Order: sequence, then structure tokens, then C-alpha cells
Amino acid sequence: MCKGMPIWRNRNEIILLFDEIHVIYHVGVGVFWRPVSSKANLNKLKGEIKMSIRERLSGNEAAATAMKQINPDVVAAFPITPSTEIPQYFSSFVSNGTVDTEFVAVESEHSAMSACIGAEAAGARAMTATSSNGLSLMWEMIYIASSLRLPIVMSLVNRAVSGPLNIHNDHSDAMGVRDSGWIQLFSENNQEAYDNLIMAHRIAENKDVLLPLMVCQDGFITSHSIENIELIEDEKVKEFVGQYKPEHYLLNDKEPMAIGPLDLQAYLFEHKRQQAEAMKNAKKVILEVAKDFEKMTGRKYGFFEEYKLEDAEIAIVCMNSTAGTTKYTIDKLREKGIKAGLLKIRVFRPFPAEEVAKALSNLKAIAVLDKADSLNAAGGALFEDVVSGMYVNNIHVPTVSYVYGIGGRDTKSDDIEKVYNDLSKIVKTGNIDNPYRYLGVRD
Amino acid sequence: MEEDGQGAKTASLLLADAAFNTGKYIQGFPEYGPERMGAPITAYNRISNNPITIHSNIYEPDYVVVVDDTLLESVNVTAGLKETGAIIINTTKDAEYLKNVLKGYNGKIYTIDARKISMETLGKYFPNTPMLAAVVKVSKVMTEEDFLNDMIGSFKHKFAKKPEVIDGNMKALEMALKEVKQIQ
Repeated sequence: MCKGMPIWRNRNEIILLFDEIHVIYHVGVGVFWRPVSSKANLNKLKGEIKMSIRERLSGNEAAATAMKQINPDVVAAFPITPSTEIPQYFSSFVSNGTVDTEFVAVESEHSAMSACIGAEAAGARAMTATSSNGLSLMWEMIYIASSLRLPIVMSLVNRAVSGPLNIHNDHSDAMGVRDSGWIQLFSENNQEAYDNLIMAHRIAENKDVLLPLMVCQDGFITSHSIENIELIEDEKVKEFVGQYKPEHYLLNDKEPMAIGPLDLQAYLFEHKRQQAEAMKNAKKVILEVAKDFEKMTGRKYGFFEEYKLEDAEIAIVCMNSTAGTTKYTIDKLREKGIKAGLLKIRVFRPFPAEEVAKALSNLKAIAVLDKADSLNAAGGALFEDVVSGMYVNNIHVPTVSYVYGIGGRDTKSDDIEKVYNDLSKIVKTGNIDNPYRYLGVRD
Repeated sequence: MEEDGQGAKTASLLLADAAFNTGKYIQGFPEYGPERMGAPITAYNRISNNPITIHSNIYEPDYVVVVDDTLLESVNVTAGLKETGAIIINTTKDAEYLKNVLKGYNGKIYTIDARKISMETLGKYFPNTPMLAAVVKVSKVMTEEDFLNDMIGSFKHKFAKKPEVIDGNMKALEMALKEVKQIQ
């Protein structure tokens, strides 16, 4: 490859490779260039502080702590509520030398993802964090990251997508990119946001996967709530995550290559098919990594968590913090002899359709709770995936959709109890009436 | 736990910290509203001997802390408050006024003059420190001894760069533990 030759280009980005190993991003109006000489920075500062195991952190602190322990080569981010604290805390780790990451303070989220793409393509491990409209602005680059098979890891602190303007939690940001080819892990609390990030690179960077991955948690509800957490010692995290050793990367002078050239009728379909296969492969890898994680921490993770589901007659399927409120409600209902259960989705992409269907097969009625309205007159995104998974696997249980919690509307245990009461009614009468329901909205 | 904009978030985090340090499971979270300084805000704490899974605001508190007594007339501060619990108010208002403004609430009412304590011990108005001590005393969430031992450690850490304020803060806690009073 000759000096300064453009090796990848589209409407917004040009990446150039020089002998001095620099990547240039031309993004819209500005030109930014950053050395990706992370290898030179490595081993510079190793003043690791031994963490105590028992801690109390907010969800954002938990995510930033995971990033600190992972110590990626590059973090590029632009602040947006409620994820702002993650790059904020992380930048202090950079400035006080706790990590030796190249922190790229970009001027927009589009550039943040572009910088991650450039860094990851060059052979570096890159991370970012965002929320809501920040993710919206990344949207073009989100698809490019996954199609270039770059295992970037993002912390997505879920917030409603405008408009009208709202800074509070729902899942419309994550749902907007559910078909973009990113692995999506959801987290009930700070602990799971932390644990999922520690597992993220092992999944994303596996050579059978090579897909970007986002770890979701609920904006404010968990991102700004201080709660107990069990942290893993720095050395153990380092060993678990391991060194990033990409097979193909731009800074490998022994293998000159182009990344992301024109891909027309003759090949794009095959490349998309490969992405789909990678997403399928991710299922196996997610479970393998979870097994190793369990060996290290004793904390068990799968595609989903079943809470008192085994003997349940009625169940809720949901994601993130509402699962915790649902557990609390189930405990109260069980005292009254009501056989209520929960299936909490952790892995939303890839969607474990067959496994979910089987886990739900013995129920008498199911409610799927979506914290994003697909505005499609046919139920939320999670609902659609659950019912299609059941149908394909020849499992037929009465199932209803509830859209809830939009724009930060608080979801109380009373709301969850109402859903279980509705399900009991369906079991009793056999009538679903309206399958597309809302929870906690004024009519 | 209900509070107002004068560092209510900080107060809830301080209480969460103190309870955490005595081995409890904790939650401390503010309810974010309009993003402007001084707007009334509510911050919440859950403290338990067992892991806490619920993630919603608190609708039936055991204790309510009011840091700014001007809110008593505009916010229903005792909404959902369990009568086995208590409300703790930073105020100099008399018992008659408080009983009247909290009409319909039959639980315990505690008062503390956090302004006076803060001015005497810290020379500035930081109501959080005395309010924290008051809620610890009233809720008995930990012993006073454990609390003071823990707080001196926290202050030494927090004020590592200005150790001269540690004594004042400890005095504020000790005064508040003595001065919080139940009104009859």
C-alpha cells in the first residue's frame, strides 16, 4: 500500500494510511486526525489500584469502572444525558494515568462512531458510550461498524428518542438499531451493566463472531442510582478480557488490504449473509463466555434469566430494570399463592427465539412488556419476536403486548401487579380481547 | 425519602454511603426533573438487609426528610408516608404551624434547625450534614457510634485536600444527633 493512499471511503469518511501510522477522519465539515499508536502507549502506566470486591456505584460508574479495567486502546465519545458520566469518569482515568487509552473527544456522535471504526479497523480495541439522539446521530456509522465486522463495544444508556424532547428512560434508542447487526445485551442493574461489559469483548472479538456489541442499561433508573455491586479485581478482568489480537487489520504491513470498498450486486448479499451467520454464531460464544465468567465470579448468565418460571402459570417477559420490579412483585404475589413468573431477556440480539419459546411453553398466559412503541398497530418489538419465536416452534400460549414506561413514566410494582391480574383474567375467561395494550398511560 | 433542591441528591448519596458502610444493601437515586439549579427535587433511598430488586420511585416511604420547609405548603410531603414512620423537617416553625400544615397526617414529626447547626459548625449553609445525622437518629438505621465512626472515615477521604473542614462536619453531625426533636 502506497503512502497516503485512501483505503476506505464513503460519503463522510476517508481513512488514510501513512508510514507514521495515523488514521485520518474527514467527517462532514471538520478534519480530525489522531495517532492510533496505542501500542506505544501500552505498558506506560500500570498504577493499578486493587479494588475491594464490595462496592456501591451508580450504573454509569459501574460502566466506567468496567471500561477502566478493560483499558481499551481507544475511547471516542461525545457527551449526552444520561450517559455523559461514562466518558466523563473515563476521561479522568485517562488524565490521571489509570488507563493508557487514547481518549478522542470528538465533536459529535457521528464522529465518535467514525473514530471507533477507524481505530478498530486499524487494529485497536475501541469503546464508546451514548444515549438516545446520540445513537440516532451515529446511525449511519452503526451499520458501517457491523458490516465492516468491527467488534466495537458500546455502553448504551437507554433514553427516549426525541421528539418531543425527553431525557428520560425508554428503549426506543436501542430498538431503533435492533436490525443493524449489533449484538445487544440488556442489564437489569449496575451489576449486570458491569458484568456484561466485562464479557463484551470476548464475545464481539471471537473470530466466529466479529460483530460490534452494545450493553444497554436504563437511563437514570440504573445509570444514576447508587447500588451495591461486586467488582472483580483488576488483574482478573485483564486476564479474562485478554489482549486484542485481530486476524486482519489495517496496520498489519504484511497484509495490505482495503476495508469497506464498493460492494454491489455481485457480493453485498453474500456479505450480509455472513453477518447473519456471525449473529447466529454469537449465540454459542455468548454462552461459552458466560460459562468462563461464572467460573471467575460465580455469577451465572445465559440468554435470559428465568425467575420463578418453572411452575408459573402466568409470566411477564421484559428487559432491563423493570425485571427487578417484576421480581419484587412476583415475590408478593407468590405469598398470595399466585403462580407468577418472569423471563428477563438479557440477549436481545441475537434473539434466542427457540430457547425463549421453549421456556415459555408451559405457561397459560404471557405478557410481553416493551419500553418502546413500534407505532405499527401490531405490538412492540420484543412482543413480535417472542410470539414469532413461539409460533415457529409450534408453541401456542395466549400472549399480549404491553407498551409501558415511555419517556421515563415510572413503572410501579402496582403496574406490574395489574399485568398479572390481567393475565389471570385471560386464563380464567380464555379471552384476550385486545392483544395490543398499554400500561400506565392516561387515555 | 423526600427532600428538596438544596443538595438533596448529595444527602441521599451520603445516607446510602453511610448505610452501605455498615453492611446494608442500598439504593440512592434522585428523581430528575427540569435541569435547573434550585428546582425542587426528590431523592430516594432504600436500605435493606437483603438485595433490593425493585426499581421504581418510592410511593410508601417509612421516612420523609424535608430540607426546605417552604415546600410544606406547596408539596404534599406526607403522601403515602407510613404512620409507623416519621417526617423530619429542617425548620424553625412551631409545632402548631407544622401540625396544621401537615393536617391529616397522624405519624411522628421531628424537627431540626439545620441552618443554625450548619452556620455554627461550618460557617456556611450546608443543610445536608445535619439532616443526615437527624435521619440516622430517627430511623435507627444504624447505631450513632457506628455512624460517627463511619463518617469520620468518609470525611477524611472526601476532604483529603481540605482536612480543616473535617472537625466542623463532625461537630455538625454530633450537634444534629442531639438537637433533632420530636414535636408533641
